[in-house]
Amino acid sequence: MIFNKLSRRFSVIVGGLVSMLSMSTAQAEYELNMTEGVTPISHQLYSLHMLVFWICVGIGVLVFGVMAYSILHHRKSRGAQAANFHESTTVEIIWTVVPLVILIGIAIPATGTLLDLEDAKTDADITVQVTGIQWKWKYTFVDDDVSFISSLAQSSRDVIKDPTGNENYLLEVDKPLVLPVGKKIRFLFHSNDVIHAWWVPELAVKQDSIPGFINDSWATIEEPGVYRGQCAELCGKDHGFMPIVVNAVSEPEYEAWLAGMKSEAAAAASAAEQEWSMQDLVARGETVYQANCAACHGPTGAGIPGAFPAMTGSAIVNGPAAGHIDIIVNGKAGTAMAAFKTQLNDIDIAAVVTYERNSLGNSVGDMVQPSAIKNAR
Amino acid sequence: MSTEITHDGHEAHEDHDHHGPAKGLMRWVTTTNHKDIGTLYLWLSFIMLLYGGSMAMVIRLELFQPGLQWVEPHFFNQMTTMHGLVMVFGAIMPAFVGLANWLIPIMIGAPDMALPRMNNWSFWILPFAFTMLASTTLMEGGAPAFGWTFYAPLSTTFAPDSTDFFIFAVHLMGISSVMGAINVIATILNMRAPGMTLMKMPLFVWTWLITAYLLIAVMPVLAGAVTMMLTDRHFGTSFFDAAGGGDPVMFQHIFWFFGHPEVYIMILPAFGIISAIVPTFARKPLFGYSSMVYASASIAILSFMVWAHHMFTTGMPVAGELYFMYATILISVPTGVKVFNWVTTMWKGSMTFETPMLWALGFIVMFTIGGFSGLMLGVAPVDTQYHDTYFVVAHFHYVLVTGALYSIIAAFYYWVPKWTGHMYDEKLGKIHFWWSTIAVNVLFFPQHFVGLAGMPRRIPDYSLQFAEFNMISSIGGFAFGLAQVFFLYIVIKTIKGGEKATDRVWEGATGLEFEQLSSPPPYHSFTEAPTVK
Repeated sequence: MIFNKLSRRFSVIVGGLVSMLSMSTAQAEYELNMTEGVTPISHQLYSLHMLVFWICVGIGVLVFGVMAYSILHHRKSRGAQAANFHESTTVEIIWTVVPLVILIGIAIPATGTLLDLEDAKTDADITVQVTGIQWKWKYTFVDDDVSFISSLAQSSRDVIKDPTGNENYLLEVDKPLVLPVGKKIRFLFHSNDVIHAWWVPELAVKQDSIPGFINDSWATIEEPGVYRGQCAELCGKDHGFMPIVVNAVSEPEYEAWLAGMKSEAAAAASAAEQEWSMQDLVARGETVYQANCAACHGPTGAGIPGAFPAMTGSAIVNGPAAGHIDIIVNGKAGTAMAAFKTQLNDIDIAAVVTYERNSLGNSVGDMVQPSAIKNAR
Repeated sequence: MSTEITHDGHEAHEDHDHHGPAKGLMRWVTTTNHKDIGTLYLWLSFIMLLYGGSMAMVIRLELFQPGLQWVEPHFFNQMTTMHGLVMVFGAIMPAFVGLANWLIPIMIGAPDMALPRMNNWSFWILPFAFTMLASTTLMEGGAPAFGWTFYAPLSTTFAPDSTDFFIFAVHLMGISSVMGAINVIATILNMRAPGMTLMKMPLFVWTWLITAYLLIAVMPVLAGAVTMMLTDRHFGTSFFDAAGGGDPVMFQHIFWFFGHPEVYIMILPAFGIISAIVPTFARKPLFGYSSMVYASASIAILSFMVWAHHMFTTGMPVAGELYFMYATILISVPTGVKVFNWVTTMWKGSMTFETPMLWALGFIVMFTIGGFSGLMLGVAPVDTQYHDTYFVVAHFHYVLVTGALYSIIAAFYYWVPKWTGHMYDEKLGKIHFWWSTIAVNVLFFPQHFVGLAGMPRRIPDYSLQFAEFNMISSIGGFAFGLAQVFFLYIVIKTIKGGEKATDRVWEGATGLEFEQLSSPPPYHSFTEAPTVK
C-alpha cells in the first residue's frame, strides 16, 4: 500500500522534472547559454566562449568515445584477453603536442579579445564613476556633475517571502542608470567599504570595485533596451540584493534625462535651505532609514547582536545631537559604519537623525535641520 | 598508568611481533599505529562530510524556490562559508591523509610512518580545530560569513567577532597538515623496502610525495594570510586596508598563492588512486607510468604559477592577465596526459566493473568535464562573463565532488576488504554508485546553465528566470545527500562483517599490500622489510 503511494508520488516528481526540463528548453536559448549581448566586446566573448566550448565537446566526444568503445568491447565478460603494452614514447609525445597546438589556437583569439576588452581609455565619450556601497550602487557622471544612488526597488523588497509572478524580481532598482547608445562609455569602479563587482552580462562588463583602488572597463551599447545585472562579488549580508539596471536610450533621451537629474539636484539644494517641520523630517527620515540603515540596524532598530548595534536605546542616538550627526556624516573608522556624507544629502541626513532620535523606541524630542548638517560636513 | 606500561612491556617480551592494540577508548587517543591513525582520519573526514553536507542541504533548501523562505541572508552566508571550509579542510584533506596513513607504509613495505608520535598529534589537533570552527555558529553575530575565500576587508573590518576563532582554527589545521606532510615525506624517502626504488613506487605514493611538498610550501602562506588578518583586526596594522596604505587585492594574491596549489593538494592523491584502480580492473599494467609521474610533478610546479587566474576581474595589468591565462591553460596538457593514459590503460584490457572501478570510471568522465569547464574559465577575457557565477560553482564541484570525493569513495571500496578482511556488499556498492552519480549530475549539471545565464554565486535568493534549474539542482542535492547517508550504512555493515576477503582481494591487484599481506593485515605489518623485485 505504502509502497504504491510512494511510487505514485515518485512518478509525479519525475513527471514534474521532465515537464520542467521541456519547459525551459522551450524558452529562449538565453536560459541555457551565455548571452550574446549588445556590445562589440560581448559579441567577441560569445564567439570565443562558443569556440572553446566546441573544442571541449570535440575532445570530449573523442576521449569518451574511445573510453565507451573500450568499456563495451574490452570487457572480461565478452572474453577479452588483456594485452600487456604499457608504454609508447611516440604516443605520449603526440598527445602532448596536439593539445599544445589546440591551446595555441585558443590563445591567439583570446589575446586579441583581451586587449580590446582592456582598452577602456581610447576615445571614451562619457565617463561614469561606479561606486559600490553595501548594498547599493552610486553612479557619478564625472563630466556633468550628476550623481545618484541606485538600490533594490521596493517592489522586490515587498514580495521577498513569495515573489511568484513578480517580473524582474531582484533585478529592479529605484533609479536606473541611463546611458546613450552608440557612445563609448568608460566606467571607473571604486568602493566605499568592501569589494563588490559590477556585472551586466549583456554589456560584458564585470569588474571588481575595490576600496582604495580605481578599476576601469568600457562598453559601447549598440541597441536601446533595459539591461539587468547584479553584484558578483560576495560583499556581505545583502550581496544578493544589489541589482544593476542600465537603461540604454537614444542620445536626445539621454540628454533630457541628464537635464532632469540636474534640475532635481538643484531643487533639493534649495529645499535644504528651508526650515523643516518635525513631522516632515520624521516622515522623510523613515524612508531614508528603511532604505539605508535598516539592512544592518534592523527595520525596528533592533540591530543584529554581535554584528550590528541596535538603534533602540543607543547611547549615541540618545546622546547629544552633534555626536549622532558626526557618526552618520563621517562614519566610524574600522567598522562597517560608512560615512554617509558621500551618499545622502543634507535633508536626508537631517531627516534620518531626527527620525532615529524620535522613533525606533527612542524619544529624545529634539530635531535637526538640514543647515546643521551642512555645517557638520 | 604504570600497570599498563608493565602490561605492554610484558606482552612485548612474550610475543614480540604480534601484540595487538590496547583496549578501550585510550587505544585511539594514545595510538601511534599508522592503521589506527588512518582510521581516525577517515572517520573524522566522514563526520565532516556529513556535517558539511548538512549545510549544503540548508543552502539547497533555501535555493529550492525564489524568495526567502527558510533562512536569513546572513545565516545563508554563514552556511556557504562553513560548507566550503568544512568540506575542503575537514572532509577532503583529512580523507587523503587518512588514506596516506593506511596505505603508504603497506605500499612501500615500511613498518609504520616515520614519525609515529607526531602522527598522533597531527590527527588529534584536528577535532579541536573543527570544534572551534563549528562553535562559531553558536556565537553572537554568527559564524564567519565571508565565503571560504575570506576576502579582505569583508573578513577583517566587516567581519563578525567569531572570525578570530576561525583564524585560530585555520592555524591548527595548517599545523596539522604540515606535520602530516613532513611525516609523509620522511616515510617515503627513508623507509622504503630494499629494492623499492622511487620509480617503482605505486603512483599513489608518488602523488602523495608531491602533494606533501605542496602542503609544506603553501600552508605557511595561509597561516601568514590569517595572521595578517588577525593583526589587521586587533593590532592596528593595515596589510589589507587601503585607508592605512594596505592593499585588499594583495590579500587575494596571498590567498590564491595558497589556494591554487591547495586545489592540486586535493586532486593529486586522487590521480594516484585512479592509477591504482584502473589497471587492477583492466587486468593490464598502467600505461605510461613514468609520464604519469612527470605529469604529476609538472602539474604541481605549474600550480604555483597560475594563482591569479582567480582574479581576472580585480583589475590586473593586461600583461599579467595574459601571462596567467597562458600558464593556466597550459595545465590542461599534463592533466590531459593523465586522462589519455587511463583511457589507454583500459584499451584492450580485460575489464570487469566492480564497485571501485565504477567510481574510478565516474571520476575519469566527470573530472574531465570539470577539466573542460576549467579550460573555459582559464581563458581570461571570457572569464569576465563566467567569474563568480554558478558556472564556477558547477566547475569546482565537478572537480572536487565527482573528482576528489569520488576518488576517496573509490579508494574506500578498493582497499576496505584489505583493511577489514571483509568484502563490502557488492550490490549495495553498485546502488550507491548509480544513485550518487545520477543525483550528482542532476545537482551540478544545471548549475552550468544558470551560471551562463547570469546567476551569481553566493546569493541566498534569485530572480525568477533561474527558478526551474535551481529546483532541479536542489532535488539532485537532496538525493545526493541521502546517498551518502546510505554510504554510512554500507561502511558500518562492511566493518561489522561480510564475506571473507582473500589476501589478494582483486584478481588483478598488484602491489605489496595485496601480494605480501593478509586481509586484514596484522596490527604491525612489515616489521621485517619485504623484498621488492
